[in-house]
Amino acid sequence: MSDKRDDDLDYETTGHEWDGIKEYNKPLPRWWLWTFYATIVWGVLYTIAYPAWPLINGATPGILGFATRSEVAEDIARFEDANAGISAQLASVELTEIANDPELNQYAQNAGAAVFRTWCAQCHGSGAAGVQASGYPNLLDDDWLWGGDIENIHATIAHGIRNENDPDARYSEMPAFGADELLNDYEIHQVVNYVMSLSGEPQDASAVAAGETVYLDNCAACHMDDGSGDPWQGAPNLADAIWLYGGDYDKLMETVTYSRFGVMPSWADRLSEAEIRAVATYVHSLGGGEATPE
Amino acid sequence: MSQTENQTPPSLYAAREPIFPKRVSGNFRSLKWILMIFTLGVYYVTPWIRWDRGPQLPDQAVLVDLANRRFFFFWIEIWPHEFYFIAGLLIMAGLGLFLFTSALGRVWCGYACPQTVWTDLFILVERWIEGDRNARLRLHRQKKMDFRKARLLMTKWVAWFLIGLATGGAWVFYFADAPTLLRDLVTGQAHPVAYTTLLILTATTFFFGGFAREQICIYACPWPRIQAAMMDEDTLTIGYREWRGEPRGKHRKGEGAEQLGDCIDCMACVNVCPMGIDIRDGQQMECITCGLCIDACDEIMEKIGKPRGLIDYLALSDEPRERAGAAARSPWYHIFRVRTMMYTALWSLVGIGLIFALFIRPEIELTVAPVRNPTFVTLSDGSIRNTYDVRLLNKHGEDRPFRVSITGHPALRVQLEGTPYETVDVPANETFLQRVYVVAPPPSDPARDERTEIRFWVEDLTNGDRAYSDSLFNGRSN
Repeated sequence: MSDKRDDDLDYETTGHEWDGIKEYNKPLPRWWLWTFYATIVWGVLYTIAYPAWPLINGATPGILGFATRSEVAEDIARFEDANAGISAQLASVELTEIANDPELNQYAQNAGAAVFRTWCAQCHGSGAAGVQASGYPNLLDDDWLWGGDIENIHATIAHGIRNENDPDARYSEMPAFGADELLNDYEIHQVVNYVMSLSGEPQDASAVAAGETVYLDNCAACHMDDGSGDPWQGAPNLADAIWLYGGDYDKLMETVTYSRFGVMPSWADRLSEAEIRAVATYVHSLGGGEATPE
Repeated sequence: MSQTENQTPPSLYAAREPIFPKRVSGNFRSLKWILMIFTLGVYYVTPWIRWDRGPQLPDQAVLVDLANRRFFFFWIEIWPHEFYFIAGLLIMAGLGLFLFTSALGRVWCGYACPQTVWTDLFILVERWIEGDRNARLRLHRQKKMDFRKARLLMTKWVAWFLIGLATGGAWVFYFADAPTLLRDLVTGQAHPVAYTTLLILTATTFFFGGFAREQICIYACPWPRIQAAMMDEDTLTIGYREWRGEPRGKHRKGEGAEQLGDCIDCMACVNVCPMGIDIRDGQQMECITCGLCIDACDEIMEKIGKPRGLIDYLALSDEPRERAGAAARSPWYHIFRVRTMMYTALWSLVGIGLIFALFIRPEIELTVAPVRNPTFVTLSDGSIRNTYDVRLLNKHGEDRPFRVSITGHPALRVQLEGTPYETVDVPANETFLQRVYVVAPPPSDPARDERTEIRFWVEDLTNGDRAYSDSLFNGRSN
């Protein structure tokens, strides 16, 4: 240690010296130092009071018993408590009456949007546009496989489509005309061209007339003579501009040959009635909802 | 570590020298009393002024309604998206400070700054309770805490605390209905934020006005540093005519009084200074140009039969003329110069712009946010539909029917969500979110083109007011 007094500068140094460079002794102000000590004490007390030290499984709980998870649970319980009245009302009124009560409708819309983002967006997309031509229906348009009024939407959400856990699930099955050898490839080619002519898509005109005969014999029972489909059995409208699995020739050949079997889970056992009604109201409001027939 | 023997390092800290400004009277003191009554009066009374706006709106003349995001100022109501009015007022305040500083130095600091006004008030209270400068000095120097000293200190602190409470109280009343809030505050029903704000402002007023005082101006406020850039040699600011006053000294008969200047070194200017400086040392950063030293000196000059104005508002550019024996030029000569006129012009320009904007601002407005998830929807007949979230603003005090329409291409049709009509009732004083669909039939241009420019129109059917907002329509792009 060198002399702590630098004679040339007449000023106290720390006694450290590097290559002749010395360091003035300028200690922290006392209050600052004590503030540091206070933060250390605070830090120790904090780790005792609150969850802090990591262990193999979890962490020390802290003597105050604080946990962010229980705070969230309390918050959720508080909000559910606050909404209990209107939720009960939502679960009990006539479905068609929801839209006529502005307050109830607003609540159903907001709650329904939250339910949709949590449970439905995985397949139908966060904007409810589905996945085009991949079998996840677009919920924004005016084309509904199983009916687009509030009661049909509610039934579809509650019980799902073609699932095996809900006996009330919507069910229908299109035969695999090619794979099960009900039609040969040429007949399928003809009927596909006829179907394309229904919605005005470019097609092989020479096959259309023969295709119509095949169609009336095999398809019209479900899809109707004019191709307008039947929402009671989930038979799509073949004469409009919307194709669930794609409307070009190759896709239609594939559909008729192998059939399609879109599945949607049943939600009645996973969501409350109020939640199902909320999300039905929300989906009904997205632009394609139909009025309930008188 | 062992401490070294003798010398302690030089301290960078200097303890505050307490200041006991002496009472003074004169023109500037009177002006300052009037300004104090006016500014504090405006501050304390404003929240209590009532203003009838009809049944659905608050009847407080000046109210910052944070919960509903509205600012009320008598007949003017500012919505959040009109915040540029506040920005404009702040710009005017800035330019005003530039103008006044370049013309009259730190006139803001000396007369109108809240720190100055409240410190002045606190010193007044101190003087009422403890007496004038000499009595306060004696009390300060008295080490022993006897009953009298304790009583005086307690009385003073309680008085200060009550002023602080009124100050914090007035502040919170600007943010809620004053009579209701006062009742809630007294009965313990008010929101914790109100109590916290009240407490913080009481404490800061108490501390800043009672104890920190001039230290705020010297150490905490940035304005004294900035002002140097605003002032020049024509700025009128408080100075000492040293060419007239020096050499200073006591005028005693037969001791060559005729060789002395007018300053009799009575220290009157120093004793009244709330900043604790000697103005005869020249302009200095601490000086807030409160003018009290002028009053003090003028009083002495009159007593000894000399002309007033030994300490006065001076411009530096007049010094050579005055040294040569000529009179100072008129204040107006110093005030009207290119710089101040430019500031005035800018200030007026912003002001006129704001007033103009206030008169032409619409009573109805709309904003359009296209829904881009997805960009468009194909309907069963092949039509292309775009969705827009349209926010309709109704600033009237009553519900109004608004009609929504679009222009841009004749083939496009509008539908409103939830209603078969094109008209929607927008509630009074609210922003109403309406989902709007625009549909292009399959063979039309907008359905095919990648994008079409469209314009949303909203019309208030009550008085025919219209507003519009531009957006885009996305087609199939093939």
